[in-house]
Amino acid sequence: MGENTQNIEDRTQITDKKPKATRDEYGDTLLELGGKRPDIVVLDADLSASTKTGKFAKAFPERFFNMGIAEQDMVGTAAGLSLTGKVPFASTFAVFETGRAWDQIRLTVCYSNTNVKLVATHGGITVGEDGASHQALEDVALMRALPNMTVIIPADAAETASVINTVADYKGPVYVRLGRAKVPYVMPDDYRFRIGKAFVFNLGKDVNIVASGLMVAIAKKAADMLAKDGIDTGVINMSTIKPLDEETLLTVARSSKLIITAEEHSIIGGLGSAVCEFVSENFPVPVKRIGIRDTFGCSGNPDELLKYHGLTAGEIVKTVKSSLDK
Amino acid sequence: MTEATKGKITDVRELKDVARRVRIHILRMLTTAGSGHTGGSLSAADVAVAIYFSKMKFDPKDPFLKDRDRFILSKGHAAPLLYAIMAEAGYFPMETVETLRRVESPLQGHPCCKSLPGIEVSTGSLGQGLSVANGMALGLRLDKNPARVYCIMGDGETQEGQVWEAAMSAAHYKIDNLCAVVDNNELQIDGPVEKVMGIDPIHDKWEAFGWHVIDIDGHDMEEILKALAEAENVKGKPSVIIAKTTKGKGVSFFEDKVEYHGIAPSPEEYEKAVKEINNG
Ligand SMILES: Cc1ncc(C[n+]2csc(CCOP(=O)(O)OP(=O)(O)O)c2C)c(N)n1
Ligand SMILES: [Mg+2]
Repeated sequence: MGENTQNIEDRTQITDKKPKATRDEYGDTLLELGGKRPDIVVLDADLSASTKTGKFAKAFPERFFNMGIAEQDMVGTAAGLSLTGKVPFASTFAVFETGRAWDQIRLTVCYSNTNVKLVATHGGITVGEDGASHQALEDVALMRALPNMTVIIPADAAETASVINTVADYKGPVYVRLGRAKVPYVMPDDYRFRIGKAFVFNLGKDVNIVASGLMVAIAKKAADMLAKDGIDTGVINMSTIKPLDEETLLTVARSSKLIITAEEHSIIGGLGSAVCEFVSENFPVPVKRIGIRDTFGCSGNPDELLKYHGLTAGEIVKTVKSSLDK
Repeated sequence: MTEATKGKITDVRELKDVARRVRIHILRMLTTAGSGHTGGSLSAADVAVAIYFSKMKFDPKDPFLKDRDRFILSKGHAAPLLYAIMAEAGYFPMETVETLRRVESPLQGHPCCKSLPGIEVSTGSLGQGLSVANGMALGLRLDKNPARVYCIMGDGETQEGQVWEAAMSAAHYKIDNLCAVVDNNELQIDGPVEKVMGIDPIHDKWEAFGWHVIDIDGHDMEEILKALAEAENVKGKPSVIIAKTTKGKGVSFFEDKVEYHGIAPSPEEYEKAVKEINNG
């Protein structure tokens, strides 16, 4: 797995900090946490160089377990470790973590309500050249359907650090989805992540874009473009997909003529679905979902793939305009 | 607070008496429930009783005792066996067995750790227990906790790929505070294991995966005790006891009958079965 040096051009950089992949921040934060928290153990399935758990492995070899290419066993072992009071972080690519070991996650993590942190990297299409077999576009749907599971997608590296620290203290099953590609910093410097609390950059009077992961940066760019055309557009980072911040979402719905959801995931079962489910039951407003439209990914560089799948600011703008015109 | 039991019963006759009572509890709860897994609960009864009452340290009043030995029933469908043992040990009043498989009963159809403290992890989807047992054993070793982990699997269950992932991991990490048991009753749901998907040579397979393998008659209490002691003394590698058993053991008209995998006794069968067990 080669280092990704790509910058994604369609993602605005709002600070002077250089873009950083959320998986890279995970590796750094885990290493730091490892020094402070002797109860933290880490498991990986032969991808520690890519998931960045390798840093922890080098520093704390006795608390790192490479389980080989055996994701089901990795999840079960993590559950066992948690039952002796350890706080296991189990990592591999999102496709394998959620798909290969789903029944194990269901039984020994969620049903048994064990304190396991599943932190998967390589979520979404920005995995790039490796193509569809390695691009998790259904992982959030798989995890969101499970009782007791918390599902989180940080928007940038700073939020990732905050998320990892938070979930290390939280007791219960968590799925954190991280990315391979570098992403710009979008969250304000004083921002602190809280489970189940969305971050409202601004509330729009016409349109609000509820986004997750790298789509937050793209949503912000779209909102700027729409503002220039006189369409008052808000942006919300819904980094916790489950439990959904219903209070914020209700406020958002009340203020919206149209809600756009934007995610690097299938429009089936992810953030878009979660927002539709809540809004349609509680304060029906039109919702348009930007995401992968019930298809597999393909090879290409991340920027190309975002365009190919319509995950761009331009596409959001187009969708807003055509929806408001109706 | 009661004192934790560890290896309280070593007398073979006494253990056999416990096993007899456990078999009767199993039949009673299954008959009352009207459904559940008879054959596999009875086949593993002697080994499970020996593990709990001759080997394990536990305290029914303090199910989360730090240095308790851990037991995982990976073949979760044999839940009645686990419940019978826990009732016998005093985890809950004997009357509770009447609630098996009822709404909100702590005795769910398959073991649920959130419904019943003393159950270490929920099981029921086969093939997963050994991985969890490995994780516990690794966690205990990191803490220098002397507790041991026991895990009972079905023979059909070992058709699951995850079992062999876990078998590899246990040997790789030299997990020796773990003892696995394969309840080798040679039957599964659709017929004999050999016909459905052969697992032989079972001894050689585990050995090739790096395990210390002990073959025994899983209904001979003396052999069981010897095997458990042997497993405890093996260092640097995991041990597995391959217990040759009879599905439905103890009740002649259930023995070796593939149909009685997942059928509960009728009240008439129950009466007859109890007589047989008491005379056996
Ligand atoms: C993953 C999974 N697949 C299928 C089943 C359904 N099932 C329950 S018991 C059983 C047969 C088990 O046979 P074995 O492991 O030999 O158990 P025993 O003979 O001791 O009852 C099956 C297929 C299950 N519980 N879990
Ligand atoms: Mg069997």
